[in-house]
Amino acid sequence: MTDPEVRYDITLNINGTPYEISVPARRLLSDAIRHDLGMTGTHVGCEHGVCGACTVLVDDRPMRSCLMFAVSAEGLSIKTIEGLAGADGSLHPVQQAFRDCHALQCGFCTPGFMMTIAAGIVDNPAPDADQAREMISGNLCRCTGYQNIQAAVLRAAQLASTAVPR
Amino acid sequence: MTTKQFGERVKRYEDNRLIRGEGRYTDDVARDGLDAYSAAVVRSPHAHARITNIDVTDALEVPGLVAIYTYDDLTGPLAGPLPLLIPHPSILSGVTQYALAKDEVNYVGEAIAFVIGTDRYSAEDAAEKIEVSYEYLNPVVGIPAARAAVDLVHQSAPGNIGAHFEQQVGDVDGALATAPHTLSFKHTIERSACTPMEGRAVHARWDAVDHSLRVYTSTQASTSVRAAIAAKLALDLSQVEVIAPDVGGGFGVKIVHPWPEELLTPMAAIALGRPVKYTEDRREHFIAAAHERAQEHEITVGYDDNGRILALDVRIWHDHGAYMPYGVIVPIITSTQLLGPYKPGAYRCIFDSLYTNTVIVTPYRGAGRPQGVFAMERTMDRIADDLGLDRTVVRAANFIQPDEFPYDHGLIFQDGRPLIYDSGDYPQLLSMLKGMVDWDSFDQRRRDAAAQGQLIGLGIGCYVEGTGVGPYEGGHVQVETNGKVKVSTGLTSQGQGHQTAFAQIVADELGVPIEMVEVTTGDTRRFPYAVGTFASRAAVMSGNAIALAARVVRAKAIKISAEAMEAAPEDLEIVDGFVRVKGSPDQSMALQTVAVLSNPLRYAFDEATKAATQFGGQNDPDKPPIADDEEPGLEGRDYYSPIRSTFAAGMHAAIVQIDAATSEISILKYAVVHDCGNVINPMIVEGQIHGGVAQGVGGALYERMAYDEYGQLQNASFMDFLMPYATEIPTIEAEHLQTPSPLNPLGIKGAGEAGVIPVSAAIASAIEDALDIRIAAMPISPSELHDLRIAAAADSHLRTKRFITENENTKGDPS
Repeated sequence: MTDPEVRYDITLNINGTPYEISVPARRLLSDAIRHDLGMTGTHVGCEHGVCGACTVLVDDRPMRSCLMFAVSAEGLSIKTIEGLAGADGSLHPVQQAFRDCHALQCGFCTPGFMMTIAAGIVDNPAPDADQAREMISGNLCRCTGYQNIQAAVLRAAQLASTAVPR
Repeated sequence: MTTKQFGERVKRYEDNRLIRGEGRYTDDVARDGLDAYSAAVVRSPHAHARITNIDVTDALEVPGLVAIYTYDDLTGPLAGPLPLLIPHPSILSGVTQYALAKDEVNYVGEAIAFVIGTDRYSAEDAAEKIEVSYEYLNPVVGIPAARAAVDLVHQSAPGNIGAHFEQQVGDVDGALATAPHTLSFKHTIERSACTPMEGRAVHARWDAVDHSLRVYTSTQASTSVRAAIAAKLALDLSQVEVIAPDVGGGFGVKIVHPWPEELLTPMAAIALGRPVKYTEDRREHFIAAAHERAQEHEITVGYDDNGRILALDVRIWHDHGAYMPYGVIVPIITSTQLLGPYKPGAYRCIFDSLYTNTVIVTPYRGAGRPQGVFAMERTMDRIADDLGLDRTVVRAANFIQPDEFPYDHGLIFQDGRPLIYDSGDYPQLLSMLKGMVDWDSFDQRRRDAAAQGQLIGLGIGCYVEGTGVGPYEGGHVQVETNGKVKVSTGLTSQGQGHQTAFAQIVADELGVPIEMVEVTTGDTRRFPYAVGTFASRAAVMSGNAIALAARVVRAKAIKISAEAMEAAPEDLEIVDGFVRVKGSPDQSMALQTVAVLSNPLRYAFDEATKAATQFGGQNDPDKPPIADDEEPGLEGRDYYSPIRSTFAAGMHAAIVQIDAATSEISILKYAVVHDCGNVINPMIVEGQIHGGVAQGVGGALYERMAYDEYGQLQNASFMDFLMPYATEIPTIEAEHLQTPSPLNPLGIKGAGEAGVIPVSAAIASAIEDALDIRIAAMPISPSELHDLRIAAAADSHLRTKRFITENENTKGDPS
């Protein structure tokens, strides 16, 4: 029998909660989130960083969790789709906008889009239509044709600006 | 008054869980490495080879390995070939694969060994260590090689021909011989694929206590997967339950079943006494699932001076890949739906369905229609160009007219039924489309732009889509004693919003608030009889079945409450979940109370149910508590089984711009008119159209499966296979026409596939209009278009007649 893999005890800070897990060095962050921690809202669509379905926020920046090892995420602040809504269950502006605009069909790519947009409208709180399209141009969706997702970006920005007066 | 839900833009009920990350897709059912073992598959790296040995010695050393299965481990029915799902008389040699390769592999990606590890990592480690030895055979790749048949994919299929089929209406040869004009030309369409964002996935658990199997699978046909698993694993049907949970897109590929992994995963779960899961990765989806589209066409058409088609003669070569589990459905659809909204004087279509050493070909959204529509619409443009007529004039000259329905084409459709269109209004659709793009003024706009060096063109594509194919679907509606209305149907959902659309139907039919309605699809525990979700059939089939079931419940509720309220049934109505006397809304009874009364009880389980116990309420001592023709419970079940398909239609127009220097193709405007009969939820239908058009744009401009001569798929990743991002998809403008279907109670037609069908045709038409160069193959890339422009500069055969005529005129023009 070949030697079993060395495992590393790490703490992942996800949605404000620390989780202690023991993983091999090669365990992908996406797999650690989905399987070690059982948070299955983060989806894996390609495992090579192209589709964006697995996007989470790492220190507030969108990151493809399939392109990062879990052990590399120690000490970083990770936010997943499960942490997007308010503690009281109130929808984040992006979530509300996706429902309002029918920006999802099968829902598989949706968490990745929403995390991308959640960060995007912080960077650019008032995108125009072209900027909205650009904001989502790194994520693949096979159902919607993107038109309603683009509309949801604009709607989310609008909702966010009303929710948080600047 | 209850607000009418049918026809409204009701926001989706499935969204709440999906936007919160609370969807449950198959891979979410069990945590990899914690709750279930995980499978990996050893796949053939060769397109055509004989397996001479499989050596697992090194794999046995891998930590975490649990089990390895090869063909020799398969027993009973599982050792036989996988089913040929749809037999057809045209199939001459129907070869299907084995769950694990037996002796020979016929495409790169074919499953050879099924490896179980404690998690997917260890399963892949072990799979990598399995040594398979091969004796190489010559691969057959592409239609020309298959047709030439120098090498054979299967010795049992001479000429690589899996099926040969001919249908003819009228005297094609005679009409061609006497037609004032004839043209002959060829078309080529390449492979693409569904590529849903979630690939295939299966989870199986065996309950050793009650000897039952539960399988979650990302499928479009859970009831049929259930039957296949029971048959292949030699279980009783009643021992197997199959659930399609949230499914991350299907588009056709998940109608194929049973996949090898759908049988091997439960096989391993039973053998190992542990839950087992298999979740394919993206590369596996490219090389081991299914593709579609690849066809070659040879067309001869005869027509009169008005462009009226007198005879159409079409020869199709269809590449169905290494095996044909789905039969000849795709080429049958191409050969019948090619006719679109038109009525040629005579029509003949002959197809050969050919084996190649590539991934299997099964329906992808549109299912053969995009190719057929490409053939017909390119033909229309050819005729218009030849006669110097407007392209819409030629189309209109061939339309079936609104007063000609039902229109019988005299052919047999994919459901084995006559190809009879039920209803439609094609002239009206064309008129709407022309308005959306200012069709009549575009030619001047094009010429003005050309004078400025801008190459723009307008294209059109028209189609008719047979939707809602049988044989049947069913629906079950139950009012629970807590007032919730539980609805179930057997077909599955992959993002179409069934939980919302079906709830809209029930809310109206039963008279309940839509918030009280909960819909379950694709769960054989809830509804075991179903066919599946394909062919734009879910709304038509299950929508109508559920409506009929709701009517059963409504009638039963009225009957029970009429007795309880001592009112005449005809004086009662159900509004907002209450049965009430018409005109006296204060005299009412909640449906949940009716549900209590519907089930005569001996034992009360809460305050409300006391009313139904034997001493609790009024009852007639001279009658049995349940009448002879009654059943307990406020529930009803009904089925919808149509005599034949219902035919939706639509037309698309695209305005494109070609960069004069780089030949890059941009879509400036995209317009859709669409008629799917009565619309349940316009928001959902528009979403379906948007998504379909986006896939169509992919098929027209970007997506192709790039096989090399050895049968290696060169672009088996999202990095290399160019699926459109947001930046590639234009804004889509859509308008609806509603011509109800006379075939079903709700008057609806299917809409799921519509968007994709005429896109290649419309874009080809637009490029041809912009450049006056004939477009006869799809997809077309900027570099291919560039080469075509260079070639056309030297070869007038590649040019439109319009270009040649106008340039001759120009030569004579002194200015």
